[in-house]
Amino acid sequence: MSQARHPGLKLGHEHDPGSGEVEALVFGFWIFMMSDLLIFGCVFATYVVMLPQVADGPSAAELFHLRGPLIETTLLLASSVTIGFALLETKHRADKRRTTLWLAVTFLLGAGFLFSSTHSLLGHLENGAGPSRSAFLSAYWLLVPLHALHVAIGCLWIAVAAAQVRIRGFDWVTTGGLLRLSIYWHFLDIVWIGILSVVYLGAMI
Amino acid sequence: MSHMDKIDESGGQMESRADERSSYLRGGIASVVLTVIAVLAVVSDVLPDWAAWTTIAVAGILQAVAQLHWFLHIRLHGQAWEDLQLIFFTILILVLMVGGTIWVMGDLTARMM
Repeated sequence: MSQARHPGLKLGHEHDPGSGEVEALVFGFWIFMMSDLLIFGCVFATYVVMLPQVADGPSAAELFHLRGPLIETTLLLASSVTIGFALLETKHRADKRRTTLWLAVTFLLGAGFLFSSTHSLLGHLENGAGPSRSAFLSAYWLLVPLHALHVAIGCLWIAVAAAQVRIRGFDWVTTGGLLRLSIYWHFLDIVWIGILSVVYLGAMI
Repeated sequence: MSHMDKIDESGGQMESRADERSSYLRGGIASVVLTVIAVLAVVSDVLPDWAAWTTIAVAGILQAVAQLHWFLHIRLHGQAWEDLQLIFFTILILVLMVGGTIWVMGDLTARMM
């Protein structure tokens, strides 16, 4: 319970909750993130079990190419760095303009990821590799769109957070929200490492 | 209980802006290098399957650790310890559930063949 001071975050309004309460909110968000990670873990396990069950349809090796996923990897990794920069501007300068600028860059990178991801999913659909084709494809269509849905929700959250910063400035609601948003966004990148490794690189072996 | 530290500092002291900026850049560079290693292991086609799998797995785990360290500022000492305990417990549950599922269902598939 000691050392509950955060020099970088401007949390000190007299009618605001203390920083200890904000920390509890952030720790609670970590617990949510970990349970979300367990959901992804179960979906990964399902995918690996279903991998050989192609029902004479296309297999992972036939279906996947590395180009799209590598573009998506680059975009998501870059966005993880830029959301860190947005948080730096919040903490060290309380600079509204720069914070929203970096959030906008992160939003665009996330939108680019979604565009590329949707493009390749639609391509699979056209090639007759929809979710109902085989057990393998059902598991694939559960795993990859679930992650994309998380990214879409993250993009929406970025837009809301940027609007909040613009309107309210930096108080405990907006800075605490940005902190949780950055944790969420970094975890999306960590889950994507798993998808790239297991789904796309695994298919190339 | 102190949990802003995952972003702020490791051990109670605020890092400077330049330090934090370089932390994000280091994390980004480490992630790029590890991704390139994993991709080369697969695309180059010189490694036997087991070695390619091992390279992907090690590079992936290292990248997750690198991002926890440089992006989320989780450290082995200081205030991030409670978060680290939470992460370790989650990893334990993940290993049991994912490993157990793949083991049992893989064994079942092999026996059905």
